[in-house]
Amino acid sequence: MSDVSFNTDLREDEAGFGDFFALLKPRVMSLVVFTAFVGLVAAPVPVHPLIGFSAILFIAIGGGASGALNMWWDADIDRIMRRTRNRPIPAGKVTEQDALAIGLALSGLSVMMLALATNLVAAAMLAFTIFFYVVIYSMWLKRSTPQNIVIGGAAGAFPPVIGWLAATGSMAVEPWLMFALVFMWTPPHFWALCLFMRSDYDDAGVPMLTVTHGRRATRVHILVYTILLAVLAVGAAFTGIGGPVYLTVSVVLNALFLLGAWRISRRDETASEVDNFLVERRFFRLSLLYLFLHFGAILIEAVLKPYGLGGWT
Amino acid sequence: MSLKPTHELHNRRFGRNLGVGLILAAFVALVFGLTMVKVTRGDFVMPPSEELN
Repeated sequence: MSDVSFNTDLREDEAGFGDFFALLKPRVMSLVVFTAFVGLVAAPVPVHPLIGFSAILFIAIGGGASGALNMWWDADIDRIMRRTRNRPIPAGKVTEQDALAIGLALSGLSVMMLALATNLVAAAMLAFTIFFYVVIYSMWLKRSTPQNIVIGGAAGAFPPVIGWLAATGSMAVEPWLMFALVFMWTPPHFWALCLFMRSDYDDAGVPMLTVTHGRRATRVHILVYTILLAVLAVGAAFTGIGGPVYLTVSVVLNALFLLGAWRISRRDETASEVDNFLVERRFFRLSLLYLFLHFGAILIEAVLKPYGLGGWT
Repeated sequence: MSLKPTHELHNRRFGRNLGVGLILAAFVALVFGLTMVKVTRGDFVMPPSEELN
């Protein structure tokens, strides 16, 4: 008999710190951080740097929390899809209960702290965003309609609105233009991914457009949504968030994006198989740059404004 | 059974605990900083009941 107790409950696949961090979907979080930052800086109200930093941090944590809750809910299909197989839950690193606990705790913390650091309107919008992504998108739309990504894309479009609200505490047209930009960008971005991930969503039984309406229809949808996006994105150059820098960036990027969408719509599956979906992969990579540079241009216009250079005035 | 605290699992647990510890310390520092900004910026108002005492 010994008085020494030793924890024998050793699991070789026990999670490290990085596994818990991966639950928060860091890559999605980087988009949330950047767009929320642009929303905050574009607002016509000066914000104390520490309050601004805190606002972005808690918006990012809220986004991460919804990512963890999404991984908890979607663990069954994440195990099937190649793209998501290595996420912490399907890889056996983090249990579903832990993911749920972390998601709920961080959701509450982020909303509460955003309210304390900024205002209740921004916190309410963050709470709604988490609710929208987890309940409306993940639990309801994702497995029930091929329009899942169209409507669900709104969840990823809210961060610039929250950033704006954190600075001003009131609504305006400009943050909703940024919302519309991300909202319209999401479908072609995701459908291009669906095209070259091929059978992933089919195997998991997720009614993506490629599964329900076929790959031909998805290619046409990408072109139609890209045309609508181009009209919106270039048109936004003549609003409060635009200016000469934004217009130049937007015209170039939309010309390239439209060309990519046109090429995708003209291709058939045989041609795509031959070059391993090269055009679709390029379009997907361009879509990432597209959003980053559009928001970068909005940021430049906002930063130049105090010097009388940004915008059209 | 010999106790070997240098097992890879212990390193992983130490890393996890260190990460949580550093995050908590940063959170405390952030809340302190936010409090200082809020009370020194001039938009902090004491509740009327406190002012009477």
